[in-house]
Amino acid sequence: MSGRMGAAVGTVWRHRLFWPVLILVVLLLSNLIFTPSFFSVEMRNGHLYGSLIDIARFGAPLVLVALGMTLVIATGGIDLSVGAVVAISGALACLWISKQPDQNAVVGVLVAVGLALLLSLVLGVWNGFLVAAVGIQPIIATLILMVAGRGLAQLITDGQIITINSSPYKLIGGGYLFGLPFSILLALVMTLLAVLFTRRTALGMLIEAVGSNAEASRLSGIRSRRYTLLVYVFCALCAGIAGLMVSSNVSSADGNKAGLLIELDAILAVVIGGTLLTGGRFSLGGTVVGALIIQALSTTIYTIGVPPQTTLVFKAIVVTVVCLIQSPAFRAKFSRRGRPGRADPPARSVQQKVEVPA
Amino acid sequence: MAEPAILTMTGISKQFPGVKALDNVDFRLLPGEVHALLGENGAGKSTLIKVLTGVYSIDEGTIALEGAPVRFSGPSQAQQAGISTVFQEVNLCPNLSVAENIFIGREPRRFGAVRWQEVRRRAAELLHRLQLDLDVTARLSDYSIAVQQLVAIARAIDISPKVLILDEPTSSLDSSEVDELFRVMKQLRDEGTAILFVTHFLDQVYEISDRITVLRNGGLVGEFLTRDLPQLELVAKMIGKELEVLEELEEQPGREAAARAHAEPVLEASGLARTGAVAPFDLSVHRGEVVGLAGLLGSGRTELARLLFGADRADHGQIRIGGRPVALRGPGVAMANGVAFCSEDRRAEGLIEDLTVRENIVLALQASRGWTRPLSRRRQDELVEAYLRSLRITPANPELLVRDLSGGNQQKVLLARWLITNPRLLIVDEPTRGIDVGAKAEIQRLVVSLADDGMALLFISAELEEVLRLSHTIGVMRDRRMVATLANDDDVDTERVMRAIAEGAVA
Repeated sequence: MSGRMGAAVGTVWRHRLFWPVLILVVLLLSNLIFTPSFFSVEMRNGHLYGSLIDIARFGAPLVLVALGMTLVIATGGIDLSVGAVVAISGALACLWISKQPDQNAVVGVLVAVGLALLLSLVLGVWNGFLVAAVGIQPIIATLILMVAGRGLAQLITDGQIITINSSPYKLIGGGYLFGLPFSILLALVMTLLAVLFTRRTALGMLIEAVGSNAEASRLSGIRSRRYTLLVYVFCALCAGIAGLMVSSNVSSADGNKAGLLIELDAILAVVIGGTLLTGGRFSLGGTVVGALIIQALSTTIYTIGVPPQTTLVFKAIVVTVVCLIQSPAFRAKFSRRGRPGRADPPARSVQQKVEVPA
Repeated sequence: MAEPAILTMTGISKQFPGVKALDNVDFRLLPGEVHALLGENGAGKSTLIKVLTGVYSIDEGTIALEGAPVRFSGPSQAQQAGISTVFQEVNLCPNLSVAENIFIGREPRRFGAVRWQEVRRRAAELLHRLQLDLDVTARLSDYSIAVQQLVAIARAIDISPKVLILDEPTSSLDSSEVDELFRVMKQLRDEGTAILFVTHFLDQVYEISDRITVLRNGGLVGEFLTRDLPQLELVAKMIGKELEVLEELEEQPGREAAARAHAEPVLEASGLARTGAVAPFDLSVHRGEVVGLAGLLGSGRTELARLLFGADRADHGQIRIGGRPVALRGPGVAMANGVAFCSEDRRAEGLIEDLTVRENIVLALQASRGWTRPLSRRRQDELVEAYLRSLRITPANPELLVRDLSGGNQQKVLLARWLITNPRLLIVDEPTRGIDVGAKAEIQRLVVSLADDGMALLFISAELEEVLRLSHTIGVMRDRRMVATLANDDDVDTERVMRAIAEGAVA
């Protein structure tokens, strides 16, 4: 009986989501010290309110961007342009709505959303084309859109902040459905779709193969260009939806600030979630947890009242600790002191994992 | 014998999840001797070396160097203590120069700055000592794998080690390069270095080694003087079976070349060529026929095979598959036409090491179906289960990462990947390199039975005996040119093939 219990505990311990989830839980619990009501969730006017809901709601855009980023990273690539796509998507949607005679018309909003997502797809195809067909290194290829995309967003908004007043559009980032914030539902649906697409089809395995060993994959007949293109398109689509959420939440589009540096948070979320930057095995669940950790951290910084001038340093310290904790090599170093020679067999993969937090 | 051992390992045990890699193994090395460490794949040779050099820590047992107990936490520490290792795969940086590769990590410095002239001068000296004529400023990748291997050895002997470990250094060398290596090994041995030598080539064991230690399934079988142990007895100790397997190996499958040549051709290449890789050649492979490609390393065997699979694009000539002309734009097209290709470089071009055995086996079939039509998990399990059993892949656990398997079993996984696509033509490039006697026999038998079932095979190997034993037709390669095609009848033997290789024409 106790043996089976031990085995079960051992499996939980070794599960790849164990450390990210533990970190998230600790982070949330630490808020209790400063805010005893942190875990209370209440119903107001048929809507759920509470700090936990806020974390999920404000974290939704990051979850979306990080989902796309996970698949890109799994192929061994990276997408730096997601922040720019967030800005462009929001800018185009807001521009379209602001030109409508009736900003509350559902059709106009739907067209705006459709146009913004279409443009996001086009931008994804552009990234994918540069990486898969032209063969430019992903970091350079997407750097182009990261820089040029900001310009494009400002071109769309004409350098101004476009403010709109559209209640249907407000739903996306600030509204409620079935008592839950719509953005949480949207992020949930996209997560489920991504999991279904990668794990119910062969897409996930093929992406992992390409990311682990591109040449061996090619010689196995995998048309890796196709999958590379696909992940950049998916990533841009996710960023586009996130852009709608961000602009909808504040009912305005700021080509300059929207989605600024979200690419770095997204990459961080992917890494914390246990996907290696070198490509190969990926974990969408881990990424979602990783994104929530980052959002929870931001929230914690506000609730415990870290002075504004030190927030970035505080965040950096916590992120470093988090990365170290989830690094198997780092943990092995400590557990080895207690039990010599436990965690060494895959020396190679351990080495790779060390590189990631650095 | 009176001389004290320089290195003694006593009661070494090492456990990995689910497998005991070493079980109470004793091992010793005497100075001025070449000691061959032998055993099948998965016997524990590589583990023993990794334990010795500190790559893995040991669970039980002691290691003593010159009588004093030691415990290394990594190869660099072992190296400082005088134990240098050249691992099976060349662990160098192909994009650095030869000189940089030899001295990387221990460059001669003055005031913190690397003395590049000194680096180049000493590298040239070192290579001169090995009688290698290389440009030390050239990038390592400009040289063949064989030369890279010798550079790795040069790197290892630069520090005049007490113990030199060579883990299958010869698996990618041709015979003259092996002679070169042996000359160096003898030189070092006579200088008093203890050399630990791992290889799969038994002839080499008898040519160079003084002492043999045999491992089997992680356990010690025994230590023997090479001159006291006949070759057949050695093999029996390695595989732990009696001699029937060996006899089976010797058995010549009935080769009726003429009959096969009348069968319908599966693939015909005419005037096929790729500039800089292979000169124009004609080749046809028929149903049920094994065509062997013989030739030295670098003679263009692999390059030829890659053209037939579309891994590289031909710039001249034509390919007809099943009678129809086909433009091989890539591996996908070749696969759609029933051509499969097991690459010689399992790690770089074959297996996906991060994926499981199951995923590796279904990969090619899944790739040809595209991502939208996944094989159901039940179908995958059925297929994988069947091939794990029929190819006798051990451990028979489909969810293990493929990198945790031994070389022979990895090769079988690669074969299984292509066999489940049910190809008409299977190209196997060096399928038996670096794997043990038992697995080798199994793969050879598999080739014969596949041909008997009507599959066409192109069989590439550096071992002439193997090519002769299995092939109906033999294409001889030399200097990236197909110099002869021989029907494998009674008057073809290794000598004649070697003459064809040497003289560039049929004698």
